[in-house]
Amino acid sequence: MGSQGGFYQSKEFLDLVKSIGEARSKAEEDRIVLGEIDTLKRRISEPDIPKRKMKEYIIRLVYVEMLGHDASFGYIHAVKMTHDDSLLVKRTGYLAVTLFLNEDHDLIILIVNTIQKDLKSDNYLVVCAALNAVCKLINEETIPAVLPQVVELLAHPKEAVRKKAIMALHRFYQKSPSSVSHLVSNFRKRLCDNDPGVMGATLCPLFDLITIDVNSYKDLVISFVSILKQVAERRLPKAYDYHQMPAPFIQIKLLKILALLGSGDKQASENMYTVVGDIFRKCDSSSNIGNAVLYECICCVSSIYPNPKLLESAADAISRFLKSDSHNLRYMGIDALGRLIKISPEIAEQHQLAVIDCLEDPDDTLKRKTFELLYKMTKSTNVEVIVDRMIDYTISINDNHYKTEIASRCVELAEQFAPSNQWFIQTMNKVFEHAGDLVNIKVAHNLMRLIAEGFGEDDDTADSQLRSSAVDSYLHILGEPKLPSVFLQVICWVLGEYGTADGKYSASFITGKLCDVAEAYSNDETVKAYAVTALMKIYAFEIAAGRKVDMLPECQSLMEEFLASHSTDLQQRAYELQAVIGLDAHAVESIMPSDASCEDIEVDKALSFLNGYIQDSIEKGAQPYIPESERSGMLNISKFRNQDHHEASSHGLRFEAYELPKQTVQSRIPPASLASTELVPVPEPMYVSESYPTTTVSSASSDAGSTELKLRLDGVQKKWGRQTHSPATSTSSTTSQKTVNGITQVDGSNTSNSRTRETYESRKQQVEITPEKQKLAASLFGGSSKTEKKPATGHKISKSSSYMVEKSHVPKSSMEIASEKKAPIQQPPDLLDFGEPTVQSNAPSVDPFKELEGLLEPTTEVAAAKNHSSTAAATKSPDIMGLYTETPAGIHNKDDGDILSGLSNPPGTHMLGGTTRTQVAQSSKGPNLKDSLQKDALVRQMGVTPSSPNPILFKDLLG
Amino acid sequence: MIKAVMVINTQGKPRLAKFFEYLPLEKQQELIRNVFGVLCSRPENVSNFVDAESIFGPDSRIVYKHLATLYFIFVFDSSENELAMLDLIQVLVETLDRCFKNVCELDIVFNYSKIHTILDDIICGGQVLETRSTEILRAVEEISKLEAAPNAITLIPKSASGWLSR
Repeated sequence: MGSQGGFYQSKEFLDLVKSIGEARSKAEEDRIVLGEIDTLKRRISEPDIPKRKMKEYIIRLVYVEMLGHDASFGYIHAVKMTHDDSLLVKRTGYLAVTLFLNEDHDLIILIVNTIQKDLKSDNYLVVCAALNAVCKLINEETIPAVLPQVVELLAHPKEAVRKKAIMALHRFYQKSPSSVSHLVSNFRKRLCDNDPGVMGATLCPLFDLITIDVNSYKDLVISFVSILKQVAERRLPKAYDYHQMPAPFIQIKLLKILALLGSGDKQASENMYTVVGDIFRKCDSSSNIGNAVLYECICCVSSIYPNPKLLESAADAISRFLKSDSHNLRYMGIDALGRLIKISPEIAEQHQLAVIDCLEDPDDTLKRKTFELLYKMTKSTNVEVIVDRMIDYTISINDNHYKTEIASRCVELAEQFAPSNQWFIQTMNKVFEHAGDLVNIKVAHNLMRLIAEGFGEDDDTADSQLRSSAVDSYLHILGEPKLPSVFLQVICWVLGEYGTADGKYSASFITGKLCDVAEAYSNDETVKAYAVTALMKIYAFEIAAGRKVDMLPECQSLMEEFLASHSTDLQQRAYELQAVIGLDAHAVESIMPSDASCEDIEVDKALSFLNGYIQDSIEKGAQPYIPESERSGMLNISKFRNQDHHEASSHGLRFEAYELPKQTVQSRIPPASLASTELVPVPEPMYVSESYPTTTVSSASSDAGSTELKLRLDGVQKKWGRQTHSPATSTSSTTSQKTVNGITQVDGSNTSNSRTRETYESRKQQVEITPEKQKLAASLFGGSSKTEKKPATGHKISKSSSYMVEKSHVPKSSMEIASEKKAPIQQPPDLLDFGEPTVQSNAPSVDPFKELEGLLEPTTEVAAAKNHSSTAAATKSPDIMGLYTETPAGIHNKDDGDILSGLSNPPGTHMLGGTTRTQVAQSSKGPNLKDSLQKDALVRQMGVTPSSPNPILFKDLLG
Repeated sequence: MIKAVMVINTQGKPRLAKFFEYLPLEKQQELIRNVFGVLCSRPENVSNFVDAESIFGPDSRIVYKHLATLYFIFVFDSSENELAMLDLIQVLVETLDRCFKNVCELDIVFNYSKIHTILDDIICGGQVLETRSTEILRAVEEISKLEAAPNAITLIPKSASGWLSR
């Protein structure tokens, strides 16, 4: 029995453990433990307890406390034990205090003195015990008391002591960096310790120090590399081997440090290439620890300045991980893949099937890791599948923490990549329904704004379609029993604003529904407030339209209740409603204009309507008011400069007046101004900036305010866009296909005139992609569809059918290119033909490059458009539907090939395809759009279509 | 750094709990319960990793190993490597095994303070300090010898460092 070899234990203690082990219930266990506590309380305060006995009592106390019972009555005895002369008693005392006390406990002061003394002991075991306590119990104030001794111990002859002293210093550094900042050089010195264990221990504090300040430690790169080299070459004593690996824990720490030091530093990285490459080769991938080192190598390679050879080794290692049967290795593989795709996006392509397997694995951890990877890889082409998956997963789990996280990721992805407004709304509905109140309130505000702004004023049909589909879906959802408050707010707002807009539902029907909501959720004030305001809007619209308003009886009783409500907010809303109903049509219309939630409210800051009055007064001899210079200046500033103020003030006024409770007004404004870029894919930076001067030209249309706001933000984004070069990618690769979709969607609006118009718009929209997205697109797959494939395999049911359709069309379209170039006017019919068979909006049947050619044609118009882009921007309707669908078109045929050939298909071709696409994109990023488009067209003519990839040709052409 | 080490048996009784950052007693108990709740709901033959952010807050992971009737659990942050932590569990278990010759749950229960001694040697202040089980064993044995020596309980021999270090 092991207990024989252990430290001394009494029969009593064994009995205690045994009876606790046999306890049938928590209550029984508690009873036993409480009895034990009573015994201990009595015994421990008896005089003259033999040391052995005392030691055991303390251990029993520790045990009792581990089971969750308070043993604080014994703390002082543990402290006393640390004062004992006997090593064993002392150690037990230290063990107990480190477990019982925290660094701010009152009793610590009684221990510090003992620790000081023990640190000077000539018995190294005593010193070690004291150092253990130092690590745990010394706080910022007591550091100075022990610091000198600890520093002295750095030179102790025993390596175990040196190691612990380093750890103690490290601990001091963590608790109060300033207290030991002058001692940091000691860590560097200890790096050269004769004992590899001490050197290894030094790596821990150095890792922390380097994490904080990389640059001061660049000089150590050479040392770290040479240490790593020696370790890898097995120059350390055999004792440091672990499962045939030489000192793997030291290797891992070193690789972590090198990853930090080499990040973004070419020169430093070059020093590391050889040794990291060596480790890749030497690692034993059959043992767990070997794989741990391999994984760390991958992390290092993906962090330092990229080296193609190392990246290749890393990719190999990843594929070994992913192909493994071990869940652990696949988990590490997914994680490593997520790191590496930032550098070489194409490698994800060869692992699609493995990734899908992981997504469907019963292991939750692996699944979540895979979602993290997908989240990193999401683009417009695959967002639908990924978000669908995420939502499905959200439904299936109970863990609120993770639910919140994944729901907010869904929202984030949907906002960034939504292929269409309809899809966005549906997705949001699902998120709201399932993740309920876990999502941020801003999300709800964004959704309302999206519905209100719609596609923009040029595309009223699409807007109203969107709104009526939203209304339909909400009326449908209202039937469900319990809905989250946030979602109900959105529903009420949309029903109020647009419930009766399309004439499909009568006012009494909508008001009835709203009353139902207010009654069903009678303990939610916010929802009720939204409902009342929605009711007011409905009635106002009715009055303005000249119809007679009959208040439903249930509505009337509801109003009566609210008029007497304890909530002043509700009361006010109810009174406002009452007042509005009493007004005539004209007055109501100016109070509550229909569908005007996005309009600016002009604030006449000059108060010109008072001019007559002032004139009168002056004539009567009053002193004229001398206006402040700022005020006149402000009036002269061009409108777009003022826009922010206008926007803010208008929102403030509007919402305060009749919409939201006061405190929400605050939160509402930021989303409006900030989120405009996130939610609707907003205008592209490049064009936007040009349009600034002309902005004033645009009439104060209803959308002008918001659009200009967007433009402003885009101006900011532009910087980012340029730096990353990603706009180019999105511009060229995502371009023109959109038009096609736009056309097919618009249905019948495709006269040649409107067509060209839409071309700009579409182009602009495609160009207008949030910076995150651009980054992703550029860094992931260069606009190619790698991830799209996954969906194809994963979601066969939903997607494959549409793919098939596309597939059949692709050859046709590519053949037609030549002829179409000459006769672009014929395009619309062709496009329609293509568009019709694929009913789904996300099934782009048309070859993207056709659009490019279409763009080429109206060169003059493009130029003109640039000049007038402000107007265009203002009017532009973010028809996102088609925007993102284009990329797939090119890729789908590739996908089919992949899927068919399955795993055995060598990834090389896909990778090349992916890269060439990126190259195309980048080559076309130059300032001259037309040139780049022509280049694209040329490339197409050479026969290098996605369906028959000829990467080498591409490379030659584009250099 | 490593935030906590726990050993819990398959019935959810803690056998060892060491938190390297101080936590109040109730919090410790709650964490132990939550961790056990997560672990016992995991199916067989899945990975040894669990995302612990919902239990321990941001940037925390769990690596566990289920051996016989015990779960060995390490909680740590992103500065550690999951596979390496798995091996650290292996180091701990191997050391226990050498120490007790075929370690079982009862050994851990009855040798409570010894386990703590071993753990203190492996991890110090949340950092991995020692991974050679022979070395750890030697340190533990030195203390055991003291225990066995009749005069050990009285006074520390002044020359102890001399003969302890051989």
